[in-house]
Amino acid sequence: MTTTSSTLPLPASFALDRRIQRPLVILLALAAPLVALAMGKSWVRVLDFALLYVLLAIGLNLVVGFAGLLDLGYIAFYAVGAYTWAFLASPHFGIHLPFWIVLPLGAAFAALAGIALGFPTLRLRGDYLAIVTLGFGEIIRIFMNNLNQPINITNGPQGIDSIDPLTIAGLDLSRDLDLFGFQISSLLLYYYAFLACVVFAIILVRRLQISRIGRAWAAIRDDELAAKAIGIDTRMMKLLAFALGATFGGVSGGLFAAFQGFVSPESFSLMESIVVLTMIVLGGMGNLAGVVVGAIMLTALPELLRHFAVPMQMALFGKTLLDPEVLRMLLLSLAMIVMMLVRPAGLLPARTRYAHRDRRNA
Amino acid sequence: MPTENSVSNQSPILEVRGLKVAYGGIQAVKGIDLTLRKGELVSLIGANGAGKTTTLNTLAGVVPHNGGDILYAGQEIGKLPSHLRLRKGLALVPEGRGIFTRLTVAENLQTGAYTRRDTDGIAADMEKVFALLPRVKERLNQVAGTLSGGEQQMVAIGRALLSRPQVLLLDEPSMGLAPLVVEKIFEVIHSITREGMGVLLVEQNANLALEVSERAYVMEGGRVTLEGTGKALLDDPKVRSAYLGEDIEELAAA
Repeated sequence: MTTTSSTLPLPASFALDRRIQRPLVILLALAAPLVALAMGKSWVRVLDFALLYVLLAIGLNLVVGFAGLLDLGYIAFYAVGAYTWAFLASPHFGIHLPFWIVLPLGAAFAALAGIALGFPTLRLRGDYLAIVTLGFGEIIRIFMNNLNQPINITNGPQGIDSIDPLTIAGLDLSRDLDLFGFQISSLLLYYYAFLACVVFAIILVRRLQISRIGRAWAAIRDDELAAKAIGIDTRMMKLLAFALGATFGGVSGGLFAAFQGFVSPESFSLMESIVVLTMIVLGGMGNLAGVVVGAIMLTALPELLRHFAVPMQMALFGKTLLDPEVLRMLLLSLAMIVMMLVRPAGLLPARTRYAHRDRRNA
Repeated sequence: MPTENSVSNQSPILEVRGLKVAYGGIQAVKGIDLTLRKGELVSLIGANGAGKTTTLNTLAGVVPHNGGDILYAGQEIGKLPSHLRLRKGLALVPEGRGIFTRLTVAENLQTGAYTRRDTDGIAADMEKVFALLPRVKERLNQVAGTLSGGEQQMVAIGRALLSRPQVLLLDEPSMGLAPLVVEKIFEVIHSITREGMGVLLVEQNANLALEVSERAYVMEGGRVTLEGTGKALLDDPKVRSAYLGEDIEELAAA
């Protein structure tokens, strides 16, 4: 909540001098979990999840925001990464590989899945692409749900548990660290590990955005015919967008499996894909800062509701009229409608100079 | 400026034989022949739906063909994807300009040099484009979507020139522009041919196209029904009645 409240004010306050802005963001990112810890461990957990969603949103933004390919099945790549970790680092198959093998493998499998999705859909755009990707996401989930027979691979709806935690250089992040008499919570350790991943991802994507590849994506997004006309290999570039976007999903999924210690198909429903898409639409499609803000806000929202909505209703009506989950969907939908009316390009739009309405991203 | 004779002595840079294009079950282009030489301005005129844009898009490799040959500098290129045709020197300025509306003018121009890596050469060509299109230089840092139609067309042409093409395929550069602006655009096209590039122009504005073109093809229902020098076609009574809006009553009476 510390992280969201400081970013909630709209761009007027964002005109802050860049020299102040950057250290402020860094300080906030480093201090946020400490403040959250003071409020209770569960809030640190929320922040950990927020960072995983940030990774997801950054990856999806690559596909949707940069290349303009509407992907409604993005969570499938998260699932591929998570299940890769679960297969290769858990008692399920009795394999316990270290993270530096499992995580890259999960990313690679996700990238392959990205290409598998991208290849048959190269000629599709907009609505049609959205429908196919939606189906793809569901197919992956249904596979995970049913691959427990004839041979048990995924353990079906029960999922896989007792997954190995993230262990870096002998340090098991799932245990509290005892450092000179100080107890450092496992949740904090995970937070900083995830933060490192997010920072790395942001640096990578920023560089990518200003590269030839980034420019080619922008061209395809704006006008595919013209992109072809200026010599962009649009097939290659779209596949690259799908593959790279999926890679982020795969990494995030692997970290999720390690952090949670448990995966099941339930975590990879269509709703999750939509939530991640909502994060980037709300934050500002195509703009990294916006995407990060969107992801943090939408992860925090349901937790806030869980904490405050029920006690408030109890105090007011003496009973819970609206379940937090229902309330969350209601508020999310409302927020989207208001956003579309007031700030159609998101909280932090990709380009403020751009006065035109977008023709395609509806 | 090359004379008619010096141009026709060269072997064509672009030669099309029996080109056929189909969309689904509909044969949009039914076997046409075209030639274009360096430094030549050739236009393709005809009514809506005659297959002009389809022809141009097929030559650029954006639309696949289902018959015939496309020879570029004597080489068959019909099977090459669009980005490889551009590398060879065949650039398309698509209908409706197709500029990247969310990028700045400078970024749009830079994307034109997407296939090139010779930084010095790009910078030199950028200067050439500025000399040719001074208006574009004034607007470099503006987002392209906010430009006027004429300026957008200039950006689209400038962007195509930055790939350093031998052949420029121009699809209706005059669309939706004021007459004065159209005149400017045609001046630019003229200078381009003087540099030695071949320009194949698709136009609705037949009068203007025929006036400036060395040669022209008239397309009707996916076929080339007439061809000749710009002047000859301009004087042709059939062309006059069908495309220049003259003697329509006479034709109806006949």
